[in-house]
Amino acid sequence: MAIVAIAIPVVSAQKSSGCGQIKEGVLTIGTDDPAYGPWFDNNTPSNGKGYEAAVAYAVAEKLGYAADKVEWVKVPFNKVIQPGCKDFDFDINQVSITDERKKAVDFSSGYYDVSQTVITVKGSKIAGAKSIADLKGAKLGAQVGTTSYSTITDVIAPTQAPAVFDTNDVAKQALANGQIDGLVVDLPTAFYITAVDLKDGLIVGQFPAKAGGEQFGLVLSKGSKLTKDVSAAVDALRADGTLAKIADAWLASTVGAPVLK
Amino acid sequence: MTYQPSALQLQREAAKRRASRRSTLIALSSTLAFGLLLVIVITGAQGYETVKNSFFNWHYAKLAMPSVFHGLLLNLRVLIIAEFFVLLIGLLIAIARTSTSPVLYPVRLVATIYTDLFRGLPLLLVLLLVGLGIPGLRISWIPNSAVVLGTVALVLTYSAYVAEVIRAGIEGVNPTQRQAARALGLTQSQTLEHVVLPQAFRNVTPPLLNDLVSLQKDSGLISVLGAVDAIRAAGIQTAQSFNFTPYLVAGALFVLLTIPLTRFTDWLTRKQDARQRAQGQW
Repeated sequence: MAIVAIAIPVVSAQKSSGCGQIKEGVLTIGTDDPAYGPWFDNNTPSNGKGYEAAVAYAVAEKLGYAADKVEWVKVPFNKVIQPGCKDFDFDINQVSITDERKKAVDFSSGYYDVSQTVITVKGSKIAGAKSIADLKGAKLGAQVGTTSYSTITDVIAPTQAPAVFDTNDVAKQALANGQIDGLVVDLPTAFYITAVDLKDGLIVGQFPAKAGGEQFGLVLSKGSKLTKDVSAAVDALRADGTLAKIADAWLASTVGAPVLK
Repeated sequence: MTYQPSALQLQREAAKRRASRRSTLIALSSTLAFGLLLVIVITGAQGYETVKNSFFNWHYAKLAMPSVFHGLLLNLRVLIIAEFFVLLIGLLIAIARTSTSPVLYPVRLVATIYTDLFRGLPLLLVLLLVGLGIPGLRISWIPNSAVVLGTVALVLTYSAYVAEVIRAGIEGVNPTQRQAARALGLTQSQTLEHVVLPQAFRNVTPPLLNDLVSLQKDSGLISVLGAVDAIRAAGIQTAQSFNFTPYLVAGALFVLLTIPLTRFTDWLTRKQDARQRAQGQW
């Protein structure tokens, strides 16, 4: 009985509401390792280069943290979505905001409007596809945990089961090998992969914008005390044109990706 | 005359019963106390509701069930096909390694290098090499399906493990068995087939089934090549809701598959033991 009596006070002492800041005076930002272009540069978030790195520093500045008061932590996807208080103040890693996910974590306002895009390589059977119907018979792939995957199953609903990969690196290889006909990724990643990573890469087309749109948001612990301030910072950056300026600097012009009918 | 226990014997028996009742009571109450403590510590924890909701959410379990079950069927298909080839190739390698003829030296050498290599190489690397490397060669008659190539990679790795298990079984057969069979006029291969291998397999059934259970779980690793197995199906569901319950559903299904297999192993081992003990009585 004595053990039980000791256990209870220890446990109830931890009770507190809302997850606070990880480290006083420092903004702790999480992202995955490796962090890919064009969102980050050279897998080094702290250089501030790449769209998301730049947005993270802009948000930090709005919140009153100078660049040297920002600390980056490596957070794999499963740690981003784990229950309870996280190891970061916010995570920035191309996470799309959905109502379902909002039940498990907090999101800031969206900092980027996403559209999903199909890419392929020259000579693939979908290289000339013009419409969503043209993709029905294709073997498509996407990265696990992405809304790209749900786009395949919900929007295209292809006859062949889609392939699902841990990372876009494996998916790119499968695409280059002809093991899949096409890969679905977000538009900036599509430009990056087809230009930088793939030999003979092509953009087949982007999906028409969904009702309500899809946005990337910063991820915070459910009920975090910081959510309101972080959201306000993102809103301010959108309003004063900073987000657009950062997009111009780091993301290829998204003009030139045909919209799939 | 019927047996009449003495008063002393009755006393002894009563004391034994009291002792056994007492130990049952102690076991019961200590289990209860321990269970209660666990429940209090876990449910009292600050994050209990959150954790319960993220890992044991009935709504998401039901939602994930069809796709996880569909994925499990892929695990089972891969398991059955892979296990067939693993046993076949493992057996051939084991026979090659335990051969003694000088002519067969190169075969022994190749078999030894094979087992050394594939037991040492991480399965993930073999999967990536076979699953992404071979299609990269663009040889038209080689299938490029993730499932087929993933199964090949599993067979390559597990054959090496199983070959070593079977070899241990073969080497565990007493050499006099071989000599006796040869003396009775059986040829080398007849000796192997009728005398050595039956005893060898009997020796190593539990470790072989252990490898089978292990293969059952590793069959899911082919998901790195894009195939959707039970765990990957759960991962997809988890990514949509940020809720981990689908993984638990997959885990429960795997355990359900493993339990009958383990009980079967136990039963088989007991049967063999009984048979071996019975031998002296003939």
